[in-house]
Amino acid sequence: MDETITAGDVGAGCGVPVQTGPVPVEAPTPMDRRRFLSRTVVSLFGLAAAGAFAEVLGEEHSSAATLPKQPGTPAGPATPARHQWCMVIDLRVCNGCKECTAACQKAHYLHEDQTWIDVVSMRSADGEDYYMPRPCMMCEDPPCVPVCPVGANFRTAEGLTLVDQSRCVGTRICMNSCPYQARYFNWGDAVPAPRQPFPQEPTWPVPQVKGTVGKCVYCAAMLPSGKVPECVSNCPMGVIYLGDMVSDVAVNGLGQVVRLSEFLSQNNAVKFKESYGTHPRVFYVPGRGQNLDTDE
Amino acid sequence: MRANTEAMRAGPAPDLQPVGTDDDQLLTAAMRPIVKTPRWWWPSVWALSAIVVVGIVAWAVQLADGIGVAGYNDQAFWAVYEADLVAFIGVSYGGAVVSAILRLTNAAWRAPLTRIAEATALVTLPVGMLFIIPHLGSPQKVWELVWPPYWNLSSPILWDFFAVSTYLLATLVFFYLPLIPDLPPARRWLERQGTGARANACRRLYQVLGGGWRGTERQKKVLHLSIGLVAMMVIPLAVSVHSVLSFAFASSSRAGYLETILPVYFVVAALYSGVALVVLTVAAARRLFHLEAYIHPRHFVRLGFLLVAFGAAYLYLSFTEYLVDGYSGTTDNASWVRQILVGRYWVPFWFYVVVAGVLPLLVMAIKRTRTKTGVVAVSALVVVAMWVKRLVIVIPPATEPLLKSPATPVGNLAGTWGTYHFTWVPISITVAATAAIPLLLLVLFRFVPILPVTEMKELGSEPAQADVGVPAAALPAAPVSPEWGAAALLGRHAVSELGTLPGTVPGNPLSGPGPYQRNVDR
Repeated sequence: MDETITAGDVGAGCGVPVQTGPVPVEAPTPMDRRRFLSRTVVSLFGLAAAGAFAEVLGEEHSSAATLPKQPGTPAGPATPARHQWCMVIDLRVCNGCKECTAACQKAHYLHEDQTWIDVVSMRSADGEDYYMPRPCMMCEDPPCVPVCPVGANFRTAEGLTLVDQSRCVGTRICMNSCPYQARYFNWGDAVPAPRQPFPQEPTWPVPQVKGTVGKCVYCAAMLPSGKVPECVSNCPMGVIYLGDMVSDVAVNGLGQVVRLSEFLSQNNAVKFKESYGTHPRVFYVPGRGQNLDTDE
Repeated sequence: MRANTEAMRAGPAPDLQPVGTDDDQLLTAAMRPIVKTPRWWWPSVWALSAIVVVGIVAWAVQLADGIGVAGYNDQAFWAVYEADLVAFIGVSYGGAVVSAILRLTNAAWRAPLTRIAEATALVTLPVGMLFIIPHLGSPQKVWELVWPPYWNLSSPILWDFFAVSTYLLATLVFFYLPLIPDLPPARRWLERQGTGARANACRRLYQVLGGGWRGTERQKKVLHLSIGLVAMMVIPLAVSVHSVLSFAFASSSRAGYLETILPVYFVVAALYSGVALVVLTVAAARRLFHLEAYIHPRHFVRLGFLLVAFGAAYLYLSFTEYLVDGYSGTTDNASWVRQILVGRYWVPFWFYVVVAGVLPLLVMAIKRTRTKTGVVAVSALVVVAMWVKRLVIVIPPATEPLLKSPATPVGNLAGTWGTYHFTWVPISITVAATAAIPLLLLVLFRFVPILPVTEMKELGSEPAQADVGVPAAALPAAPVSPEWGAAALLGRHAVSELGTLPGTVPGNPLSGPGPYQRNVDR
């Protein structure tokens, strides 16, 4: 069997781009049934293993591994995403009014306990109370995506993790894997919603679908038309900024525009539960010695 | 053992019938449930069916109103159905143990129990698998799990699906293979003694499933080889099923789920509860189908030893789990362990410790309680307590808030099960699944011989292992023959303890000398 395996065979089995150049030609050998079967099985296993590996390693690693090798072809994705969305949450000015939660629930027709952006009361080690709004962290390595058996969770090129509610079967294993408790299930009938400007799709999951998971989507359907998410525009204190890591700009509901990287480094911004390896894209600006991971 | 040495001295017993004779008491005992309908049969079937129907109605209500009617919420996103899934698939392990392990270790005493044990595995596994349906939020989309284009191979739930379906296939094969040589004699027996539509249906069924069995040497060789191979495959498959089930929980960052001990913990728990259920089904079959001549109290005591071995292992694993997690200073782990040991979940947790942790050890340690009654009673408690323990495994980590705050502190989550509240829906569905097991077994043994006749004859016809029913009490205590080796040491201990148990008393018509009543000791 060894002598008949060509580079193309190996590549097909491992998910590596096939070399299209001239391949040493050999005398064609008739493929008997046993050889065909064994090759098929090996290829299938190889494909399955490569697929699983790619999922496990995450987007960055797999895309790095499949970069074109030939010179002359452009590196990276054909059309790089024009935005990489993130949020900055300035804990120094949050007064815990929960306007963000109310606006979010109103816009997405959610039940009262479906707090896609939740305002958690915290207490620092010094005993000082503060409030911590918690949207979806839009992790760069989202733990919710690989665990879904039907692939209902996915991450867009612009860095948004979304749920396809038409696909979701409701195993709730993503609720188990999310370290931020940012996922909410539709345990019963969804809140009825009037006709929406967008169709029901992952970027605008309105109305919710009974028996599926929902979560904060950064109001993804509104972003292309230049609108900021509801929680950002409705925060009276200007706590929440929508940021774009490509243009390096962030803006809050009061219209204050900051240069993202400068703002984060000057204010010692931190991420929540960074030790879980999720690489969240929500940056918190503490200011009173808070430690989000250990404060209760 | 004393009886064995006596038998070896005496040579083969004169009243042994040659293997292959159809008309004998053993075959009749195995076929009796098929042709005779006891008075209790129809009432039992109707009652159990009614319970199952109530469960189906409850599921229909859940389908209409959403899974929230089962007491779930965003804090308690996994609760009773997930515990049921683990517990019901877990009890199917008893069949794997009693059949596969005892087969591979050549424990001849297993013979009368194998069919019942394998049947228990065969009916509990599909019932357990069905819990995936109420578990899902959108069960109308369950087909997506078997639709390859939608498969996400990195999901532990998909691995679950592969592992459990492979295991189901192996269980089916493992039930069928030892059945083959029983089918032709059973068919001939029915031709002589059976009347009615079902007897005819059974005859046709046996013809289809085992009509080609001639009992030639070559067929026997192939069959034994196949059974041995499947037995070897069933064990790693069974281990894989519960390991992978545990991965679904462990693929998270939650205290109590993210544990390296979890796969082992799940597998041992499954073996433990599985043996307990086999004890119960064997006891029920013995009583209801009058198998006292073939299944003896000592069988239960031996199963009791198996039970207590797994029980001790599980107690040890529980101890290490809570000790290590309680020792770690992280807020999540400490809080979770405290809630279980002395907090909200202390009642179910200590119920497990007392009933399924310590009690089986005591019952098997004390000579007076080391009896059939003791083992059956403790097995019934173990099955219940291990279900409760699964709730303790599943619910606390799910309901432990990951974002603690003074405004919604842990203490606010009132109730025994945290934010989870039992409703009539999951209780009805769980009870229905429980009732489905005896119901399916009752139906199954209307079509399949309840005893593995050929296997019992083969194992019983070896004189070195045969005890031809000489009353143990009548024999002098004889030393064990040296050639019996290490395996006999185990057996000697068991038999010296068991020789005086009730049920082996001479004069009892059920335990008196019969042609195939052999108390095989090994």
